[in-house]
Amino acid sequence: MNTVVTSVGELQPSGRKLRQQRTERVIRVLLMIVATSGVLVTTGVVVALVRPTVEFFRAVSISEFLGTTAWFPLYEPPDFGVWPLVIGTFSVMLVAVIIAVPGGLAIAFYLNQYASDRVRRNLKPILEILAGVPTVVFGFFAINFVGPNIAAKIWVFSDVGFYSALSAGITVGLMILPMMTTLAEDAMAAVPRALIEGSYALGATKRETCTGVIFPAALSGIIAAGVIAMSRAIGETTIVLLAAGSTANFSFDIGQPMQTMSSFIGFAGLGDQPTGSTGYQTIFAVGSLLFVITFFLNMLSRRIVSKFREVYE
Amino acid sequence: MVEDMSNATISKTTGGSRQSDSVVRVNLSSDSQSNSGKPQNEMIMQSVDLQVHYGDFLAVRDVNLTIHKGEITALIGPSGCGKSTIIRCFNRMNDLIPTAKVGGKVFYKGIDLYGPEANAGEVRRRIGMVFQKPNPFPKSIYDNVAFGPRVNGKPTKAETDELVESSLKRAALWEEVKDRLKQSAFSLSGGQQQRLCIARALAVNPDVLLMDEPCSALDPIATARIEDLMAEIKSEYPIVIVTHNMQQAARVSDRTAFFNTEIGANATRPTGVLVEYDTTRKIFANPSDTRTEQYISGRMG
Amino acid sequence: MSSVVSAQPVATDLHDTTSRSRKNLDKLFLGGLWIFTLLAIITLVTLVGTTLLKGYSRLNLSLITNFPSPFPEDAGIQAAIFGSIWVVVTSGLVSLFIAMGTAIYLEEFADQGSRFNKLITINIQTLAGVPSIVFGILGLAFVARGWLGWGFTVGTASAVLTMMVLPVMIVSAREALKAVPSSLREGAYALGATRWQTIVKQVVPSAIPGIATGSILGVSRALGESAPLILLGALAYVSSNPAGFDSDYTVLPLVILKYTQEAQEEFQAVGAAAIIVLLVLLIALNMIAIVIRDKSRKSW
Repeated sequence: MNTVVTSVGELQPSGRKLRQQRTERVIRVLLMIVATSGVLVTTGVVVALVRPTVEFFRAVSISEFLGTTAWFPLYEPPDFGVWPLVIGTFSVMLVAVIIAVPGGLAIAFYLNQYASDRVRRNLKPILEILAGVPTVVFGFFAINFVGPNIAAKIWVFSDVGFYSALSAGITVGLMILPMMTTLAEDAMAAVPRALIEGSYALGATKRETCTGVIFPAALSGIIAAGVIAMSRAIGETTIVLLAAGSTANFSFDIGQPMQTMSSFIGFAGLGDQPTGSTGYQTIFAVGSLLFVITFFLNMLSRRIVSKFREVYE
Repeated sequence: MVEDMSNATISKTTGGSRQSDSVVRVNLSSDSQSNSGKPQNEMIMQSVDLQVHYGDFLAVRDVNLTIHKGEITALIGPSGCGKSTIIRCFNRMNDLIPTAKVGGKVFYKGIDLYGPEANAGEVRRRIGMVFQKPNPFPKSIYDNVAFGPRVNGKPTKAETDELVESSLKRAALWEEVKDRLKQSAFSLSGGQQQRLCIARALAVNPDVLLMDEPCSALDPIATARIEDLMAEIKSEYPIVIVTHNMQQAARVSDRTAFFNTEIGANATRPTGVLVEYDTTRKIFANPSDTRTEQYISGRMG
Repeated sequence: MSSVVSAQPVATDLHDTTSRSRKNLDKLFLGGLWIFTLLAIITLVTLVGTTLLKGYSRLNLSLITNFPSPFPEDAGIQAAIFGSIWVVVTSGLVSLFIAMGTAIYLEEFADQGSRFNKLITINIQTLAGVPSIVFGILGLAFVARGWLGWGFTVGTASAVLTMMVLPVMIVSAREALKAVPSSLREGAYALGATRWQTIVKQVVPSAIPGIATGSILGVSRALGESAPLILLGALAYVSSNPAGFDSDYTVLPLVILKYTQEAQEEFQAVGAAAIIVLLVLLIALNMIAIVIRDKSRKSW
């Protein structure tokens, strides 16, 4: 009986295969470098903001930044109280969220439990189209329709002029409505069918199932969606720039023109700020504030989803 | 509480305090005939030539059943034979599936469930359902049981408290949860959750209780407790149970319906059909149809 | 035996026993849902309507062939159209390349649970949530001035938009790769193919429809983006098409911004007409995406 003796190297690659495997290792390293580029960009954002911000606060004291209420950084003499911007930002965001969050929930409930297949098939593309409209087009819409026809007509507390935080807020709200709807709908779709059937089996109506079972069960996803909507509204630039004007008003009257953090940055960028000037650095200081706020909101949203998921099953 | 499957009589003892009426035994002789003129329990539900299509596909056909007060009726058969589909017709849960079409008739106290006189919400309140996998709401134990009554009326706090307590007692869960009613329903074990779902269904005071494989997700001990429970409450709530556990059907039920599948002339998928429906005694000891006999002996041999 | 407190009288029929108040609440609720649904539809209709009304008068060929002029009847957006094409195509291609590399690495090579993998994923998620104007700041600091010093040019805009669009591209590329069934990969390995061969010859080709639709999504976003470019000099009065990556430039969204800010109605009309051109381009892109998606569904 012959035993077949294999030489040690019989199962090793040779020639072409060997070269292929070597190349593959190189490719892997190259790809890793490419993948790291994504990380680099985030680091880049942070670094870009840090140095000029630090230099800004060397020139301008924190107590002036956070303690005073006049914002005229590009004037002579400049004022650096940031509160008008913060109030402006949150005013616009509030109006936007008041429209987008209940609206998104409502449309999501409708799609989830009420709409027939035919309605769904027609409604979803409309929402997708609305979601794809560029912000500058919404800005045009704000100036030419929302401002004169809606904001001016419904605000009874003061005279609404051409620019107003209300007009900007309504338009931003309409812009983020489709996104909120999609996120809320995803949250509702994740509610197990068994729960929903259990509710109907007890004789509950659609409304009672929506409010009594689906909403509580999808709550963490819905809250997370709301937080993302807030973040998006805070970061919106173009609509606000067009519709709310460029006056940094220290006021709570949303019928007035206001400036937000984002729209200020845009506004300052339109004029040419020499590198290194305080005006230039102001952009970075406000940008840092904006980045920190939105970063915090986004992290909050993710934590809500991950932390409360267990309570559910 | 234990059923003795001897050849002669089946005698059942139910919990003493629950015997509000003497439950009439159905057919004690070995040549059982359910329609031999002996007094039967009052019929409460009936299906006549019931069938269900999903789109073009005929899922189950020709189902003629009667459900009687004070009894447990079991639907058994291999998987895919339409048992769950049929039971879901009894409380119009199939309405929730867009492609489902129900043919034939289902009567409840003489009223056509699918006719103009029957409102779906009311049907579901009166004909309750417990599902295969316990599905408590993500709320407290108390709020789970209270959900049905709150939705169907406006009970005061005192009324709700009493209703929750009596329902949990009826579902044999009160003693275990009475000190933690505000805790989440998910803090309960699987078996407890299922009893919670039973309590929840009982809280709206149904006339019939449908159970779709209620024990298949539970361990044997939890299963036994639920079977005990079923025997306790059947005098107040007639039960229809779908089960693929034949021993269970033999243990708890008074009547059994055996379903099977067959492939029709032009069909590509098997359709469910009711093969035989009789007292449990007869089905298991001396079935009329050979298919029934094959199924029973194949699984219990 | 405890008494049963029933909220309903025992009835012998199955008629609807829901109370009026319950039914009214049901109707109120549904009414509220309809109002918001109609709001979304009306918004879209009004938006398109306003744009058409305002811009209709300016819709003729000269809009596309002309360059900016102080006279609104002569003002054209050709420079912006070409500028957009240059910027969007460049950033689309570059970000696609980077996204593919990243996605392939993360899905095919890297250990799925590794810390590096998680780090990159978190970074991508963070980037996706950053307001677009902050990317403009980044571009201002590092690309226009600072390290690269490219000034306000096509190259700068492309670089910044690449960074902005990258997270979207990476996520959709990863999804497309994930969707390729593992049986395809295993079949290739079983025949002795190396990992890279499998990727290039099997995985990527079958993921192409998903990657294509994702790229088009990214490109659509880049086309409509305005905020970061405000900081990067795109608003300047540009009266010629770009000649290279170091050219001055402008893009469609920004000329829209400029004309929308003008008081004169005639300039508003130019802006509205430019919006129509932009929307037509976006619709065209999305149609392509839908066609690709449908074609790929059939082949499976």
